[in-house]
Amino acid sequence: MTATSDPRQLSYIAHQAADARVNVELHTGDMTLNIGPQHPATHGTLRIATELDGEVVVRAEPIPGYMHRGYEKLSEVRTYPQVTTLINRIDWVGSFANEVPFILAAERLMEIEAPPRAQWIRTILFELSRIANISLFLGDMGVQLGAITPVFYAFRDRERVLNQIEAATGGRFHPNFDRIGGLKDDLPKGWIAETRDAMAKMRDFCDEMEGLLMGNEVFEARCRGVGVIPEDVALGYGLSGANLRASGVDWDLRRDNNPGLAWDQIEWKVWTHPDGDSFARYWVRLQETREATLIVDRLLDSLPSGPIMAKVPRIIKVPEGEAYISTENPLGEMGYYIVSKGDLGPFRVKIRTPSFNNISIVPWIMKGVYVPDVITILGSLYFILGDIDR
Amino acid sequence: MLGLVYWQETAIKLGVIMGVVPVTSLIFVYVFLFKMMSYMQSRLGPMETGPHGTLQIIAEAIKFLQKEDISPDNADKHVFVMAPVVVLMSTFLLYVVIPAGPDLVVQSLDTGIFYALAVSSLSALGVLMAGWASANKYALMGGLRAAGQLIAYELPLVLAVVGVVIQAGTMNLQGIVVAQAEGSIFGIDWIGNPYILTQFIGFAIFMTAAQAELTQTPFDMPVAESELVGGFQVEYTGFRYLLFFMAEFGTAFAFSAMASVMFLGGWGLPFIDSTDNILNVVGPVLMLAKVMLVAFVIFWVRFSFPRLREDQLQKFAWKFLIPVSLVNIVATGILKVAF
Amino acid sequence: MATDSASEEATPVAEPDEIREGLVAELTAILGDGVVESHIEPGADLWVRVSPDRWQDAARAVKSMGLNYFSFLSVIDWMAAPDGRSETTELNEAAEEGESEGEGEDGGAAGILEHGHAGGSTRLQVFARVESPTRHVGMTLKADLADADPRIGTWSDIFPGADWHEREAWEMFGAHFDGHPGLRNLYLPSGFQGRPLRKDFPLLARQVKPWPGVVDIEEIPPELEAELEAQVMAAFESDQGEGS
Repeated sequence: MTATSDPRQLSYIAHQAADARVNVELHTGDMTLNIGPQHPATHGTLRIATELDGEVVVRAEPIPGYMHRGYEKLSEVRTYPQVTTLINRIDWVGSFANEVPFILAAERLMEIEAPPRAQWIRTILFELSRIANISLFLGDMGVQLGAITPVFYAFRDRERVLNQIEAATGGRFHPNFDRIGGLKDDLPKGWIAETRDAMAKMRDFCDEMEGLLMGNEVFEARCRGVGVIPEDVALGYGLSGANLRASGVDWDLRRDNNPGLAWDQIEWKVWTHPDGDSFARYWVRLQETREATLIVDRLLDSLPSGPIMAKVPRIIKVPEGEAYISTENPLGEMGYYIVSKGDLGPFRVKIRTPSFNNISIVPWIMKGVYVPDVITILGSLYFILGDIDR
Repeated sequence: MLGLVYWQETAIKLGVIMGVVPVTSLIFVYVFLFKMMSYMQSRLGPMETGPHGTLQIIAEAIKFLQKEDISPDNADKHVFVMAPVVVLMSTFLLYVVIPAGPDLVVQSLDTGIFYALAVSSLSALGVLMAGWASANKYALMGGLRAAGQLIAYELPLVLAVVGVVIQAGTMNLQGIVVAQAEGSIFGIDWIGNPYILTQFIGFAIFMTAAQAELTQTPFDMPVAESELVGGFQVEYTGFRYLLFFMAEFGTAFAFSAMASVMFLGGWGLPFIDSTDNILNVVGPVLMLAKVMLVAFVIFWVRFSFPRLREDQLQKFAWKFLIPVSLVNIVATGILKVAF
Repeated sequence: MATDSASEEATPVAEPDEIREGLVAELTAILGDGVVESHIEPGADLWVRVSPDRWQDAARAVKSMGLNYFSFLSVIDWMAAPDGRSETTELNEAAEEGESEGEGEDGGAAGILEHGHAGGSTRLQVFARVESPTRHVGMTLKADLADADPRIGTWSDIFPGADWHEREAWEMFGAHFDGHPGLRNLYLPSGFQGRPLRKDFPLLARQVKPWPGVVDIEEIPPELEAELEAQVMAAFESDQGEGS
């Protein structure tokens, strides 16, 4: 390198360089921001690597796996009744609903059917866990957007539902109540009246949320038009549940692919919203929660009497075969693809969880949104981390 | 006034300010953050420490003081340390002009309002320093947001006050109180003329802008705990965090006090002469009641509203608040000349 | 379950499932000999195995048939487990004792593969499920993956949701998806060795310590069986009193 020491020459070079800097538009590199794994918006340990240009997201990539527990592998070394203990922990705020499709798939392979009363109670508990799950979302969405009060109402009223689940199953979070061929126990005395009471309270809660959060102008300003998912994209990504119905797809597995639970025995409505934005997702979930309380009420009206357990062998051996059963879980389509080789335990279980697909749309949907919208979209897609990572 | 020499008076004033800021912020934290928020959220809040948890706030302060003083490795140490001090400084300076009685004011400046608003925007500097020096991306974004937001809302804040100044004919806060106590609305003078009645647009704009200035929800993007995880405060712990905390609530008190002085009549009473010594006793009580009322509204909004987005906030300031406040000034001016 | 679904559709319609047979016919019309084998459980489900080189065509075909909802994609390892459900565990011994005559595939020579519905010829099989939100039917598509080089075309440009599922299948089974935009680890740390969901990947925890849950499935002595049965039935009858 040739060094120059002439001060005039140096000053000339310096001036030239300064001019060049001024005249060239400053290049600003994109900033990489890791949202998570420890971040309040990721309710758990999801990590989202975002590239930001100012406050605009250029690229976002979710990185799951911080809580992968390998349930598919573990299921292969457990017996069928033992697997329900594992899968209880997939979507931990609506646990009972996790057990149902697995049990139904095993029942289909074994060609047994639970008695009607068991089916009814299963459906009731299923809907209760839906309410327990989604009511948390209804309040939590407020926290994501900065309103701290609604979530306390959600926790307060969700408690009633959890109490009912606990009264019937003995477990608040992980009931582990569903059995191949029926249920562990019948309902305790007085449970039906208490549940009706809780359902009435939950309807009040829905009204409260509608007024407190959904009717708020700031909430609308933050949610309307944010994170719009068109119908075909939603289907291609395999979005399910309220996320799909908020994009205008009128498809509910409870009504359309009912695997044998009691939903087809009563009148109820599937709610859809044409907009596909965050507000629509919130709206659909709110309506679904209210509808779920009505479903529970109607199912309680028509609860048949009878045994709660079919005749099943003492040692459960599932005959050879394959079956896939999916149900409309609180978060969306949850399914178990069971491959059996006539053993005590499954040969292979593929767990199809709703949040996995729901979150895989993030790179597509988070292009060109602002950082606060990332939180809105994540909140409105509503995932449970255990449901992504399994 | 009591025959004190200058240094004695100054010492007393200094002592009062040093005492008032922590005490007011403690009161605010207890009344609003601990109790009001808890009751709004159908829970009790702290109940164990002292009667109804009144001593909890002391325990919290001690907890913060006990914590280890951590600063990040990559932080710009000096700036990092200075930032909370700068923010708290602006709070202390605010209290200089806030009156609580005819003689109960540290310094009755003729440019009182101007001084108060100027000093309050100093905190933006501290926040920006904190955001930059923390060497944290979240903090940086929070700091930048705060800077943008405080600049945007300084304007409507000032413009909202201009109406009051036009009506009172003075920028001295004492003068404004007197003008409200002795004023009349179209000849009706039994309640004086609290400017909230004649300047209600100004009041609404002032409260909105103050909400943003205080970075309270719905304008709390610089802190935004659910997206920026605390924004500029993210790297602060222990007593440095306590300083930010104190500044936040101390400033909230100061702004509530300014609002009650300018719009609710401050310490003045319409049927008592403004120089009467009794107001030195009644005035502080009256002020405190009004401050609590205003602060209640501020925190009510804070605990129940979601947060706006940064661009929506800027739009709201430049496209709505500023035009409206300009119209308000023009209207006030015309009315002032006409009547 | 099958019986319940049957009460909805199959019993009145009679045995053959017209909707699903129609689907197979439709798919065969598009893919021709790409459809290798199919299996229908009337009123319940449908499996179709396509030849590996037509895997992507099959995706386009089902999408055009209205099955445009992508549910999941994964891989099955048909190797009889030498590890996993290992012959060394007591669990498996209990299973084999309980089983009258073991089918032979379990714990036997690892070379024998027994495939599920719609058959197969290789150890690894990729399978994916698509559903129709309007016709309310689903279909499981399968394709063989060559033993030496498990490689197949990607679905991610047809169903964008397959992106993550293929990444998972890649890291868990080592199946390659040609044309996938980036086969990186989804769950596993980047330095991870091995393909965890393959049957020959040992589950270390299980080898170190046998599963204590074996006790749960202890055989009941035959003389007690009848007695227990009677107790259970008695419990049913008393339950019936507690109606709604």
